[in-house]
Amino acid sequence: MQRPDMSVAIAGIEMRNPVMTASGTFGYGAEFADYLNLESIGAMITKGLSLKPKAGNPTPRIVETSGGMLNAIGLQNVGIDAFIDQKLPYLKNVNTPVIANLYGNTLEEYGEVASRLDGLAGVAGIEVNISCPNVKQGGIVFGTDPRAAQEVVSLVKKNTSKPLIVKLSPNVTDVVVMAKACADAGADALSLINTLTGMAIDLERRRPVLANVTGGLSGPAIKPVALRMVWQVAKAVSLPIIGIGGIMTGRDALEFMLAGATAVQVGTASFLDPSAAQRIAREMEEYLVEHGIASVRSLIGALEV
Amino acid sequence: MQFKAMVLSNVELSPGYFRMKMTAPQELASSAPGQFLMLKVNDAIDPLLRRPFGLFDVGSFLPEYAGCGAQIYCEILYKVVGKGTKLLSALHHGDLVDLLAPLGRGFDLGPAGEEKVLVGGGVGLAPLYYLAKELKNRGEKVRLFAGGRNRDDILCITEFERLGVETYVATDDGTLGERGFVTQVLEPHLAPGTRIFACGPTPMLNAVAKMAQKSGVPCQVSMEAYMACGVGACLGCVMKGANHTEETPDYRCVCKDGPVFDSFELQWS
Ligand SMILES: Cc1cc2nc3c(=O)[nH]c(=O)nc-3n(C[C@H](O)[C@H](O)[C@H](O)COP(=O)(O)OP(=O)(O)OC[C@H]3O[C@@H](n4cnc5c(N)ncnc54)[C@H](O)[C@@H]3O)c2cc1C
Ligand SMILES: Cc1cc2nc3c(=O)[nH]c(=O)nc-3n(C[C@H](O)[C@H](O)[C@H](O)COP(=O)(O)O)c2cc1C
Ligand code: FES
Repeated sequence: MQRPDMSVAIAGIEMRNPVMTASGTFGYGAEFADYLNLESIGAMITKGLSLKPKAGNPTPRIVETSGGMLNAIGLQNVGIDAFIDQKLPYLKNVNTPVIANLYGNTLEEYGEVASRLDGLAGVAGIEVNISCPNVKQGGIVFGTDPRAAQEVVSLVKKNTSKPLIVKLSPNVTDVVVMAKACADAGADALSLINTLTGMAIDLERRRPVLANVTGGLSGPAIKPVALRMVWQVAKAVSLPIIGIGGIMTGRDALEFMLAGATAVQVGTASFLDPSAAQRIAREMEEYLVEHGIASVRSLIGALEV
Repeated sequence: MQFKAMVLSNVELSPGYFRMKMTAPQELASSAPGQFLMLKVNDAIDPLLRRPFGLFDVGSFLPEYAGCGAQIYCEILYKVVGKGTKLLSALHHGDLVDLLAPLGRGFDLGPAGEEKVLVGGGVGLAPLYYLAKELKNRGEKVRLFAGGRNRDDILCITEFERLGVETYVATDDGTLGERGFVTQVLEPHLAPGTRIFACGPTPMLNAVAKMAQKSGVPCQVSMEAYMACGVGACLGCVMKGANHTEETPDYRCVCKDGPVFDSFELQWS
């Protein structure tokens, strides 16, 4: 049999396979270059970028939980200017699409960051984070109120000609309502999910473990929630979906595709295994070969319920 | 580098403290004292994250198989404190573990001719052995100040002595060496021309850093922080730099900028 066709496209971004690295878990790419071939994965997503550099939260910022971890990094990043000066030149030399993840503390900031990214060669698309649970202003407000989400998405859309992916929060009662709001406002694709707000307690000190008290839960522990949300949204909106949440293996990734995702993002898995994204793409391909499937695209939404 | 290592031995040195020897690729021979490794204790998702450990020793040995050339090994010295280290302590010769190494910035050995002063608290002795070995290889004068709660916390002292290191010991309860904090034993020995290398609990490092500053002695400290990635990507392991304020935050990554820092680079309470 010929090698299966692993390529997919998200809102015009062509990828050699459906495996992307999730924002905040892959640095700015170069951190992982010793551990995997950056040109073997579908796309890379940068750490969330803001207008000004951001310092992030006090420590401790991470703690392990059963089958997962909590983080309260607080969106520490170098800021959009330093990204363009210091990180993008390296990324431009890598033959893999780079998607810039961005967020703002205010509505205007979202627009401003988007417009600065707009003309840039080497940025294939943008992913708007309206879902970070770890910052007081911005982030979560835009991700939990459909009207606010719509405002952000429309404004960003006005400020960019690049494909616009909106990353949704799972910390809502009805994710479909949010997904529809973003679709109506002009999103070209949706990625879900971001982390679930959680908490860990130190019984000896009788205090929260994280300095920020709460943090975002990621890793295998959240996979069932993520799968459910991808499936619900895929039934309700016609935009391409990127599935995220606890993907550790090729089989995990394929479950997301059956549920309706066109591509997936690998987050926490890269911490355990820095070559995880490359391995997952390979494992997906192996599954296709074993099952005699010619194209990975034939699995998208192929779940039988 | 990511590689699979075979456990060669895993021995309990004193209650709750283990020393584990593993095979390693040739590249590890050029690691620096103070660098660390991240170890995945099993293939399951519990425990989820890798565990960081300082390199206790790196060297070469001749395997028992006929016709084998010299092979690199690495060792860690660890204390059983929780889930991961408990599982680690149950590994045997022949078991495989997955490692990322060498990671981070190690010790700057400094110019020859100074007196090198090593200060270790409890399992903080771990990276100091590899350091002492390198310094002794350069023919330097090395003293070790080791502290702990009781005699069980003082590890591998004879190994240091075998290298030719002069050792001083202090325990909280006086069961070994002098009674009291290691810093008290250390203080009279600080003079211009000495250089400190310290690893241990943060309060101890705090005291050593202050003492070094007072005496005008250069001091490097090896820090610990909760880590997820170990390669500078998650930003989970940061620590406050010397110039950190609420308004102008200055965070340093322990995994990438450290774990060894010049003491003046960090903010001490
Ligand atoms: C650079 C570096 C070098 C280290 N070198 C050594 C060494 O040589 N020998 C040794 O015994 N210990 C060392 N430690 C501490 C060691 O990593 C922890 O004791 C170990 O991870 C505890 O794991 P656990 O599963 O048994 O504990 P648990 O408490 O069950 O661990 C839960 C989580 O907390 C983290 N954690 C717990 N304690 C620490 C700690 N003190 N520092 C960082 N993370 C922690 C774990 O990695 C894990 O993610 C080092 C830590 C760092 C950062
Ligand atoms: C340490 C850490 C930092 C993160 N930072 C960001 C970020 O800056 N922007 C963002 O949109 N998502 C961020 N995320 C969320 C991830 O991109 C991803 O949505 C989430 O971790 C779930 O996927 P996983 O279970 O595969 O990790 C972060 C996650 C972690 C663990
Ligand atoms: S452990 Fe991830 S940045 Fe240091």
